[in-house]
Amino acid sequence: MGGSGTGNSPCASCKLLRRRCAKDCIFAPYFPSDDPHKFAIAHKVFGASNISKMLQELPVHQRADAVSSLVYEANARVRDPVYGCVGAISYLQNQVSQLQMQLAVAQAEILCIQMQQDHIDQQITLPTTPLLFDEDDEKSFLLQNNLPQFLNFTPFNNSSSVNCDSFKKGTLYGHDMVS
Amino acid sequence: MNSTRCAACKHLRRRCPSTCIFSPYFPPNNPPRFQYVHKIYGASNVGKILKDLPENYRAEAANSLYYEAYCRIKDPVYGCVGIITILHQQIHNVQCQLAGIQAEIAALSTQSQNEDNQNQQTEIAPTLIEQNGVPNYTSFYDISTWFD
Repeated sequence: MGGSGTGNSPCASCKLLRRRCAKDCIFAPYFPSDDPHKFAIAHKVFGASNISKMLQELPVHQRADAVSSLVYEANARVRDPVYGCVGAISYLQNQVSQLQMQLAVAQAEILCIQMQQDHIDQQITLPTTPLLFDEDDEKSFLLQNNLPQFLNFTPFNNSSSVNCDSFKKGTLYGHDMVS
Repeated sequence: MNSTRCAACKHLRRRCPSTCIFSPYFPPNNPPRFQYVHKIYGASNVGKILKDLPENYRAEAANSLYYEAYCRIKDPVYGCVGIITILHQQIHNVQCQLAGIQAEIAALSTQSQNEDNQNQQTEIAPTLIEQNGVPNYTSFYDISTWFD
């Protein structure tokens, strides 16, 4: 066989296709003779003429990346003849969905914790001496200051299953305080 | 022979036999589906891939070949691999966000546990007052001592 892109030895594609490797062989820069498997697998899936057409339609500086992605897809198709690369895409999309759900749950959890902290901080600022009111003043005071009634107060736990419904006025006080 | 040629045989301008490997998966009402696949893989390669598979897998294989060919035509440099790269980046980004929020949750939980411990420790002094029968309004977490 004749000259090639790399010295005197034909490139991997021309070796496999058993033809003369021209100086301007389109495959030579991307399919060196020391890696025959790379072209073999790409040729098996896409065919040499299709690869050549695809490379010719691309600017020279993009051809190396195109060859790498073609070889990647060809390998995936040989490993999984039914789904090829699409199998990997489907798997990764599922992973993204699951992670996004976990993220949403974690964000909700942190909101709950922050709301708890805010509520506890409000409790810490309570007056330490008992306040005497008449009934209407007491209701007004509680509404304005969001205070729990001690006998109905339930301590919050810090587990991930915190019930944030207890932040709603009605359930926290045990009955509807709004009148 | 099929009375209506499949999209593959129409494109290849040939007779469509009843045993045509393409006809179940490349119907005549969707010509681009075979055109894309033919442009990227070639008819004979697609035929070989389908023939090498059991019949019950061929429909999925034809779909995935069409999807990959479509991606390659839209992105001639990276094809499907471009989508895989983007998905890897998305996974990495979401994992980083998740790790950050989980660390924040752990820190907040630790902080509130420390506050609980401090509140319990400071109740040692109020119990001295409680022993005198005067309830302490700061001991929220143990109201049972009010009624001793």
